[in-house]
Amino acid sequence: MSDLTSLTIADAREGLRKKSFSARELTEAHIKAVEKARALNCFVTETPEIALKGAEEADKRIAAGSARALEGIPLGIKDLFCTKGVLTTAGSHILDGFQPPYESTVTRNLFDAGVVMLGKLNMDEFAMGSSNETSYHKPVINPWRRKGSNTPLVPGGSSGGSAASVAGRLVLGATGTDTGGSIRQPAAVTGIVGIKPTYGRCSRWGIVAFASSLDQAGPMARTVRDCAILMKTMASHDPMDSTSVDLPVPDYEAAMTGDIKGLKVGIPKEYRIDGMPPEIEELWQKGIQWLKDAGATMVDVSLPHTKYALPAYYIVAPAEASSNLARYDGVRFGLRVPGKDIISMYENTRAAGFGREVQRRVLIGTYVLSAGYYDAYYLKAQKLRTLIARDFEDAYKKCDVLLTPATPGPAFGIAEKTDDPIAMYLNDVFTVTVNLAGLPGISVPAGLNREGLPLGLQLIGKAFDEATLFRVGEVLEKAAGPLPRPTPWWEV
Amino acid sequence: MSVDKNTVKRVARLARIALPEERLAPMADELNAILKWVEQLNEVDTSKVEPMTSVVKVSLKMRDDVVTDGERAGDVVKNAPLGEDNYFAVPKVVE
Repeated sequence: MSDLTSLTIADAREGLRKKSFSARELTEAHIKAVEKARALNCFVTETPEIALKGAEEADKRIAAGSARALEGIPLGIKDLFCTKGVLTTAGSHILDGFQPPYESTVTRNLFDAGVVMLGKLNMDEFAMGSSNETSYHKPVINPWRRKGSNTPLVPGGSSGGSAASVAGRLVLGATGTDTGGSIRQPAAVTGIVGIKPTYGRCSRWGIVAFASSLDQAGPMARTVRDCAILMKTMASHDPMDSTSVDLPVPDYEAAMTGDIKGLKVGIPKEYRIDGMPPEIEELWQKGIQWLKDAGATMVDVSLPHTKYALPAYYIVAPAEASSNLARYDGVRFGLRVPGKDIISMYENTRAAGFGREVQRRVLIGTYVLSAGYYDAYYLKAQKLRTLIARDFEDAYKKCDVLLTPATPGPAFGIAEKTDDPIAMYLNDVFTVTVNLAGLPGISVPAGLNREGLPLGLQLIGKAFDEATLFRVGEVLEKAAGPLPRPTPWWEV
Repeated sequence: MSVDKNTVKRVARLARIALPEERLAPMADELNAILKWVEQLNEVDTSKVEPMTSVVKVSLKMRDDVVTDGERAGDVVKNAPLGEDNYFAVPKVVE
């Protein structure tokens, strides 16, 4: 039954309803795929017992005619989402053994709709990274390899386990989170679809906090429609998160009409950056042509403050992280390393529990927030955010949606970029502006490069207009055609 | 603005992260590289710009000032590395 792992969520939903296969068969096929793919290191925790129990319940419901929206659909959950009674580490040593006594709102929404959880997915520590190499649980390996090469490649990050497990057909879909590009960048370099919704669309309650004004959860799956299906269930207003918005969640699938005639697509000139590989420029031009062929009109727009987005992000995100991560003190949960007094216990715990990148960011954040520096750094960066958001507002006076590359290049080799933090940060150059402005963005696979590696295009929408992203995203997806399946070299 | 070893030591103390002496200088270099890079923000005149305080334009909701949750001491201390009788245990802080 291995072909069950190649289904889309839409097809699986249909097959389950028609009883072409049972939820148990579907789940078992995925459990087997997960077991065979341990070389990819996608999972921090596999939960086959929980999955089988969920599948059993799903089969009962389907038999009784009371199937819910995502009944029996096997997903992976990024290890940043608190799952009641199931180890949740956020990719960090400091959360050793942490079993949340509560469920995050997003996973609660999914489980209440019948989702079957296959396990918790590996990620960069506290979602700080663009290659999944900062995980305490070791890097995730990208299912894709360069043509004729065995070099292990990164799956992007921070939602690297999510991206690799979806691309490798271990799960039908996964949850991700995106603070600076952590859904869209790994989706692009693993050849899948990922959307970061508008800030406030999904509740952040129960998601381990990184940078609270930027963090947002979203779905990752193999088709635009599958992301639309998951998004409908993940999004909700939640009294537990005061920044979650009380707006109706549209029927995103219904919005996917395939019709984009007359749509105005903005092409921001500042996204043509120095040193951008020609294959990225070519891909962008292809995307422009595809949308033109479908009846859309291209409009040149300018987002003049784009180049300041990454530096502003690397003030705001570490500042908020240094504050959010203050709670890891060796007292309430996770790791504790003794010291001669309580202060040295805190210091020893945090020195042993946080990895290098997390320590670097906590220190940067602490520094920029420290007495005398607040105005020069954090306040300055928040002012830049206002200007960046204003750039988008001005652009949307002339267009409905923006088209850009998703990443400045394809997946790179393990350890190729770990020596230079800023070179690593540049992977998010096309995605980070969207977080700073709180807007929605989707990454859609747009083909393979000459080395046989997937590349993605990004669509950026107006606030709360995810529906347009799904509609245009599907048009891009169709024009690009389906990607081949990565050869399952990892199977044992 | 650039940071030296002593600043790193002070910031690490504020952040409650024990940094061994031999890591202070390399960390200062790493932080300086990042701080130098973010200094390009100074190219932009922001004297007449308000800082962003709310990411999307919504006003926060009010709710009734009533107790909605509680009586969960067991849940709260469940993950503590050290504790007793629904208390967290820490090294002695008063003589």
